[in-house]
Amino acid sequence: MPLSSVDAAAKRGVSAVQQYSLLSARAVGNLFRRPLYGADIITQADLIGIGSLPIVILTGFFTGGVLALQSASTLAQFGAAAITGQLVSFSMIKELGPVLTSLMVSGRNASGMASELGSMMVTEQIDAMRALGTDPLKKLVMPRIVATVIMLFFLTIVSDAVGILGGAFVAVIMLGQDASQYFHTVYQSLQYADILQGLVKPIFFGFIISTIGCFYGMNTRGGTQGVGRSTTQAVVVSSVLIIAMDFVISRFMIGVFGR
Amino acid sequence: MADLAVQQDVPESQVHPDAPAVQFDDVSIGFEGKDVLDHLSFQVRRGETRILLGPAGVGKSVLLKLADGLFKPDSGKVFVFGYEISAMREEDLFRLRESIGIVFQEGALFDSLTVRDNVGYRLTEQHVPDDQIDKRVTEALRFVELEHTLTKLPSELSGGMRRRVAIARAIITKPDLILYDSPTGGLDPITSTTIIELVIKQRDVYGTSSIVVTHRLQDAFMLASHHFNKETEQMEPLPEGTTDSSTSFLVLHQGKMVFDGSTHDLVHSDDEFLKQYLA
Repeated sequence: MPLSSVDAAAKRGVSAVQQYSLLSARAVGNLFRRPLYGADIITQADLIGIGSLPIVILTGFFTGGVLALQSASTLAQFGAAAITGQLVSFSMIKELGPVLTSLMVSGRNASGMASELGSMMVTEQIDAMRALGTDPLKKLVMPRIVATVIMLFFLTIVSDAVGILGGAFVAVIMLGQDASQYFHTVYQSLQYADILQGLVKPIFFGFIISTIGCFYGMNTRGGTQGVGRSTTQAVVVSSVLIIAMDFVISRFMIGVFGR
Repeated sequence: MADLAVQQDVPESQVHPDAPAVQFDDVSIGFEGKDVLDHLSFQVRRGETRILLGPAGVGKSVLLKLADGLFKPDSGKVFVFGYEISAMREEDLFRLRESIGIVFQEGALFDSLTVRDNVGYRLTEQHVPDDQIDKRVTEALRFVELEHTLTKLPSELSGGMRRRVAIARAIITKPDLILYDSPTGGLDPITSTTIIELVIKQRDVYGTSSIVVTHRLQDAFMLASHHFNKETEQMEPLPEGTTDSSTSFLVLHQGKMVFDGSTHDLVHSDDEFLKQYLA
């Protein structure tokens, strides 16, 4: 590859990061400026939160179930099958609940945001909005960020709870473990640091999903083909960033709380 | 913009009443390393209609977006109603844009909103009471003869109807400047004539300053050679050999302004490109 191409690619990368940072900062700054567009926040919360509920419940339930199924047999080799509930709750609350919920919401909503805003971009509706005196970052981006951050937080709690129930279903119904023992071990070893870790993550992940979805949507060029490209990029980039951010937050939390 | 919105009840367009509606001062802009507009200078006086001609892809739409502050020039200055919009922040531009209407190339109607909500969008954002919005939307739609489409979605309208709704959306706040981006592009001749009649009606009834981008010469010359008769409520041709004095031409070619003058001067120009373009 010629040096000039590397140079141009590096410039494009830096420019994209700069644009993403500006979009995110301006959208968050709009939270403190009038008008607030409360109705748009509620609409987006309904679309993102309530709309994602079925897939989050299904994902959470089966993830908890498969965790119990896989761990119970391994734990049984050490005579520790009784702590299946503990393993399921730790895994769901600290890692799998936030990460899997975010990945599902990313697949559904980062793509939705990128395609919706991208279509508006290529049909000049975003320009029309600006020409009619409305800031698209305030009207379109800010409500999506607020709604995603808030709803992902609650969706993660739902996913954690349903995952633990899924684990219970497998452990009690399929593996014949004692229900009381399962639920006792679920919360026995949990500490506030574990809960905190599980609840801090969706806030960051929600921000990543919404800002990446909106960023690719607002930077769509090249007609319907461009909309497709933006949609794919939004899902890929937000998914990778979620997993990378999960590592960073986990390392930070372990460093602070020691677990 | 220190003097912007000092007097809240004075429209921005009237703060500097002697300033031209639009003034481009040595404006250049390019995209991805390619120059699109190269050191352009021209102005649109109050009440004047400038028809912007040029081959496809020459930068006519870019020029209109510069005039609305949707793009910032790489160099040079753009003034609208005396405000240097090329140096204004986006937040300040929103208030100035209340005095500017724009009709986009394909209409750019919000596809998830009804015609009523599209036309009344600006009023809704300004928290105008619903009954007043309904009244003003109906008025604007009556101007474009589409008052029966209030509850329809843009996808239920024909191309020409969508363009007329876009005009209604642009004129609802009675702006002092309207920017038309190929309002007849892709339409059949009969619908094009209807749209041009609306542009002429807006020019002659309200005296609105405007820039009309087009690559259809027949539309451009119809604008220059017709006027709107307020008594008969119809567009009529001007007497043979006369043209509308408030309408003049700009021609863009390869990023440069190759003509800026009256209809007469354009038709009698000796410039080889213009002769070929008009032939």
